Amino acid sequence: MAIRVKVMDRPVEQVSYVRATLSGLAHTFKHLVDPHKVTTQYPEETEALSKRWRGTHRMLTNEDGKAKCVACGLCPTVCPANCIKLVPGEDEQGNRFPLVFEIDEFRCIFCGYCQEVCPEEAIHLGRHYENAEYTRDGFVYDLERLTSQTHPVCEMWDPADPAGE
Amino acid sequence: MGPLLMTPISDNSTAFLIASAIKVLVFFGVYLVTVAMLTLAERKVSAWIQDRHGPNRTGPGGLLQPAADGLKNFMKEELSPGAGNTILFSLAPAIAFSTAMISWAVIPFAAPVPTPWGVMSLAIADLPVGFIFTLAIASLGVFGITLAGWSSNNKYSLLGGLRSSAQMISYEIAMGMSVIPVLLLAGNVTLGTIINQQVTGGWNILNLTFAFLTFLISAFAETNRLPFDLPEAESELVAGYHTEYSSMKFSMFFIAEYANMLTASGLMATLFLGGWDIPFTAWDNGEPSVLKTVLTLVSFALKTGFFLFLYMWIRWTLPRFRYDQLMSLGWRFLLPVSLGYIVLIATTLLVLQLLGIQAGVLQTGILFVLNVIVLVLMFVVFDRGRLLSPTTSKMSAAEMLRLRSLDRAGSALVPSARPESGMGD
Repeated sequence: MAIRVKVMDRPVEQVSYVRATLSGLAHTFKHLVDPHKVTTQYPEETEALSKRWRGTHRMLTNEDGKAKCVACGLCPTVCPANCIKLVPGEDEQGNRFPLVFEIDEFRCIFCGYCQEVCPEEAIHLGRHYENAEYTRDGFVYDLERLTSQTHPVCEMWDPADPAGE
Repeated sequence: MGPLLMTPISDNSTAFLIASAIKVLVFFGVYLVTVAMLTLAERKVSAWIQDRHGPNRTGPGGLLQPAADGLKNFMKEELSPGAGNTILFSLAPAIAFSTAMISWAVIPFAAPVPTPWGVMSLAIADLPVGFIFTLAIASLGVFGITLAGWSSNNKYSLLGGLRSSAQMISYEIAMGMSVIPVLLLAGNVTLGTIINQQVTGGWNILNLTFAFLTFLISAFAETNRLPFDLPEAESELVAGYHTEYSSMKFSMFFIAEYANMLTASGLMATLFLGGWDIPFTAWDNGEPSVLKTVLTLVSFALKTGFFLFLYMWIRWTLPRFRYDQLMSLGWRFLLPVSLGYIVLIATTLLVLQLLGIQAGVLQTGILFVLNVIVLVLMFVVFDRGRLLSPTTSKMSAAEMLRLRSLDRAGSALVPSARPESGMGD
């Protein structure tokens, strides 16, 4: 026996194809003449980033232009992705400074522990996401690259000010 | 063409030949550019309807997007299926492409222009069999799609081709039948005469509103546009008849679709909106002049543009029909209804003739009132949602009552307590 489809006897307003078509056309025309566009025209305009956005790193410098880092070794220790390479050095006065400081941004998971743990507030995550390089090596940021970048840095979550105001 | 003081250009054979060659070249250029711009317009309209911007990166406001698309298609690799019929595979897009364009040749797109060698009619070929020619060429267009489906040696393509042939043959009949009232009014199949009849007797959209609607629906089906684009139904047939096509061959099918749209829009403007006639004025119908030609060209372009917009508007509004709905709409609704309409119009015209009413305001008024009555009967009184839905089976009153009482009682139809988790069932 063939399968039969039963359709309930609904009121005309609900089943008329012509009426449904006309109301659909009216709806699309309304959008056509009065569009509420939400597209961001990306390269020209950008969305504002959150203050706590965690992007590629920056190393802050002191007044004479040298990195604030004292090569204490906390950040490579805390880094869960093991992406920070630090070789400490020491000058005649006994001031420690990094001989080599490299961050592999490909390994980095942008957790922000390095910024949180840093006693000198030297290493920071940046509010920045436009990263493009021609080689994979370009994503291993050395000390020079980390200090020369200028994009704004991430503000860590402050327990005393949870809403970030 | 009315009483013209100047002789037609066809009396001078050399001038006629040169004029025709120029017309063909100019027309071909303008037509292809228009088709290219239509692809952009389609994407823009779809974007606006969906609250997007559409292509706006290539050139000012995206105007160069069609050129970029064309360049990309030229650069792409051309593939042809190994087990397919290579000759027909290459021939199919050419057929689809050229038939789409040939039909336009008989449509007069502006008032005749005066030249030093006589009055030049602004249709590529002012054929005496005008409308029959377009019908004939339009039915050739199905070969392009069907051959594409068959020569691809691909089941999806074949199904698309089969669907297209069934669909286009069905709707061609309805299309031909819906134009017969127009020919009855004009008494001629030359498109120029049909325009002149509308100039004196009022536009056919008022005289023959119902025929206009049936022609509009059939034209949508003939050009395979949504809601009738079953030959390329993406959700079922990958891409239908052009699944195996790539590069410029695919592009030719794409161009053919838009060329068909353009031709159908031009035809609708000519048959039902008075062609190049400018409404509410009489001066454009007298002595030919260059200014008049330009203005009537604008008038024709606006009317055609309206239909092109309607095509896009409807495409981005309505979903695709089911195949049985498509067939039932064509054979069980459009065909009998347009046959009945022919009888109605022929009878009315005979009665009007016997009463001595000539073409003019009174005749248009009577026909318009008649059309309004037919439309109200069709879409308000008879339309119970069954014009399009063949799966509807009329339920007996007793069964309906039983089901309704079950519904009201609540628990019999819809189980009130669902199982705790949906995993078990």
